[in-house]
Amino acid sequence: MSSQYPALLVATPLLAALFISIAGWVYKKLCFPIAVVALSVATYASIGLLLRVLNEGVVHYRLGGWEPPWGIAYYVDHLNGLVLVVVCVVALLNLIGAKKSIDQDFPDKIGPFYTLYILMVTGLLGIVITGDAFNLYVLLEIAALTGYGLLAMGDKRAALSTLNYLYMGTIGACFYLLGVGYLYIVTGSLNMADIARILPPLYESKAVLAAFIICMVGVWLKMAFFPLHAWLPNAYTHAPSASSGLIAPLVTKVMIYVMIRLIFTVFTPEYAFNTLALSNAFVWLAAIAIVMGALFALAERNLKKMFSYIIISEVGYMVGGIWLGNRAGMTGAVLHILNDALMTLCLFLVASNIVYKIQGHSFDDLKGIFRKMPVTMGALVVGALSIIGVPPTCGFFSKWYLISGAVQAGQYGFVAALLFSSLVNVVLFFRVLEIAFFEPFGDHDGHGHTESIDEAPLSMLVPLLIVALGLVIVGVYTGDIVNLVIQFAIPREIL
Amino acid sequence: MKILGLIIAVLTGTLLIYTTSDFPSWGDPSSPASTHLSPHYIEKTLEETSVPNIVTAVLADYRGYDTMFETTVIFGAGVACFFLLRVPRRKEPVERLYRHTLTGMTLRIKDLDEVPENLDEFERIDTLWAPYDLIIKTVCRLLIPFIQLFALYVIAHGHHSPGGGFQGGVILGASFILLAVSYDLRTAKERLREKLGGILCAVGVLIYAGTGALCLLLGLNFLDYSALASILHVDPITARSHGILIVEIGVGLAVMATMIWIYDNISSEGKYEEGL
Amino acid sequence: MRYAPCVLILPMSDLITHIVANYNYWIYITLMMIGLYAIIAKNNLVKKIVGMNIFQTAIILFYISIGAKKGATIPIIEHAHGDHGAGSSAVHAIEYINPLPHVLMLTAIVVAVATLGVALALALKVYQQYNSLEEDEILDQIREK
Repeated sequence: MSSQYPALLVATPLLAALFISIAGWVYKKLCFPIAVVALSVATYASIGLLLRVLNEGVVHYRLGGWEPPWGIAYYVDHLNGLVLVVVCVVALLNLIGAKKSIDQDFPDKIGPFYTLYILMVTGLLGIVITGDAFNLYVLLEIAALTGYGLLAMGDKRAALSTLNYLYMGTIGACFYLLGVGYLYIVTGSLNMADIARILPPLYESKAVLAAFIICMVGVWLKMAFFPLHAWLPNAYTHAPSASSGLIAPLVTKVMIYVMIRLIFTVFTPEYAFNTLALSNAFVWLAAIAIVMGALFALAERNLKKMFSYIIISEVGYMVGGIWLGNRAGMTGAVLHILNDALMTLCLFLVASNIVYKIQGHSFDDLKGIFRKMPVTMGALVVGALSIIGVPPTCGFFSKWYLISGAVQAGQYGFVAALLFSSLVNVVLFFRVLEIAFFEPFGDHDGHGHTESIDEAPLSMLVPLLIVALGLVIVGVYTGDIVNLVIQFAIPREIL
Repeated sequence: MKILGLIIAVLTGTLLIYTTSDFPSWGDPSSPASTHLSPHYIEKTLEETSVPNIVTAVLADYRGYDTMFETTVIFGAGVACFFLLRVPRRKEPVERLYRHTLTGMTLRIKDLDEVPENLDEFERIDTLWAPYDLIIKTVCRLLIPFIQLFALYVIAHGHHSPGGGFQGGVILGASFILLAVSYDLRTAKERLREKLGGILCAVGVLIYAGTGALCLLLGLNFLDYSALASILHVDPITARSHGILIVEIGVGLAVMATMIWIYDNISSEGKYEEGL
Repeated sequence: MRYAPCVLILPMSDLITHIVANYNYWIYITLMMIGLYAIIAKNNLVKKIVGMNIFQTAIILFYISIGAKKGATIPIIEHAHGDHGAGSSAVHAIEYINPLPHVLMLTAIVVAVATLGVALALALKVYQQYNSLEEDEILDQIREK
């Protein structure tokens, strides 16, 4: 059975989404259990797959039994093995944590919500596991379309912000498609490994350069890399908490994975770092992204929007880390995919708990909330420490790798940007906690039932606590993760 | 914003035009795209899948995994439209409108307990402006069966001629949409209930993904239709051809139901009242 | 050897030869620029959606034009009725156009339709809330609050 793990990983959520859709019409209570079971199976398969990769090396899987350049094949190495586990775990934890708020927000549309949720996870898993450049586009669109559906059912402004996201997301995906078309026209292939095999004699070709630039711009649009970030903050802020808890931690991270995959497997590091002399420019762009994200976050007086700008800043960390072009920087970036997914999940689960109880997420709503919801806010403290980068939380270690990589590459601008954003994060979270801790409770105009506010229900707290604990555990075991997984994820020729 | 848009569009265009000089010219038989993958498809498809239409074979077999998710995209869009727009548990209106089909006279009934019994000559309408046109309705009623028959032909004949699940499914869906346009949404919904349509969407994709999973259960890789040979009692190559037909039927169902679903939700803003 | 309409048989500079040989790329790029401009610059939300569709169509045109092959026919093998192997004379790749771009674009068309559906649903939802589809009017309404 273990040889079929790659297929199970994608097919189980897909089939589950279809069964959930049918259950939504027939017997609604089944939707949640099917979703949990499907994601648990997927998590199990992803862990099994990662272990297999650790033992045997790269895993190939031929869909339909066809040879790779003609058929579609999965390609699982250490890099996407790790990202697959991250996607499954985050989706599962958020699903369990969000059940109450889903029941509260969409009592009539539980079926479609879970269908879209699981389909989105399917899309993300498919993006990560596939070894075919065009197939990646199709799954990109699945993840995007279901994401638009999930995001748009939030508060009053959600539809407009999501429509803007849709325009930008579609341009991004189309640019990617166009880039694949350019690669296809010069190589005649769609399989990533096959393209990489054919490309070397064509490195000087203008078409390959155009393909590279178009693909990168498309992927950057999708991951909200500054200055292409404008769609993200509003879309995530106004979304329902169950959706933002899935989309905020995963979509940007998966898109960063796509960027890494394009550099490592399709265009090859040789082309990206040696033939093109663009690394410096991209690292500077990343440094600007980090600083601007931090500054925008500083200007916000809304919890979810502040978190969204922090994401933009973190995207800068990872893009910069990759383009440093050395082993330490890339280790930091890949490690940060894992860490940032957990940290963002932690923050958005906290936001979800607060929204569930208070129905608001501006700073005014947070007054004195520490006494009412001590566990939730305790988890926020852990998340904040990790985002700031205090040991032993995991955020410290990825930042450490990134900084040492930047020093190695002589990119002191990037180092300064990292340190600046850490400082800003201290201010940001100190401000939130100050409001939550010291301001008197009870100024909630128009929200009526202030007396009844207490800690969030257990089913929302448990996933949150697991994530908060995970932040520390991942931090403690960073050495093992890097030695066992990440060092093999980075191509050997990079020093 | 206009200037910004112009600058971005011109910049992108210039970059793309600049790079076209490296491309093979139009219709060049020796371009990489025509010499790397496609000769294998063209020369081997018939002996490997026994389907003469190469596009169908590549679509549903060589790259069948793509197509499965293509169907899923459509399904996802249908679910998203429903999720965004459908207004659940609408209150019954306080009054109902009935139109006498022969004279075009409209009755307004305010007391819902006293809805007259013999309404054979009346049809229920939702707004006073609902148009009434005998010629359009009759022509459409006559045409729809032929449209549907043609749709089934397109689905079934996808192995030998241009066509297949997507094309046939869209035509089939269009026939129902034509019904909704020429009559009204209520009439169309009486032919295909919302619940049934919603389930059909999922069932269509399920036929596709389920076929793939069945191959997996039979011991081969996901979507490897030659595994079906043992169930269908044919040789593995014919099994591929049959497998393609099965998934095409699934695609047709899913596309038809989803097209109708999206149309219903968008045209009536999720209220399922009056068509266009 | 290159396709050239009679008007251009007169002394041609290299540029014109180049444009004529690659006219498919020029058309797709023009269309794409129109679409991109509409998405970014237009004020009306539905016009932006139309622009998005033009953009997607341009890419579809690009892919389809890759598949063209001079002197070849549609990729359906003639005189073949199911009985594989037996009786089917050898098939030559040069006689049929490249099927792969057509397959890919079937997928892209479906994706474009799905995106269009969701985009229209979202536009409808925006219209229900703000009673307008003009972006500046909607932003004014948001600012007033």
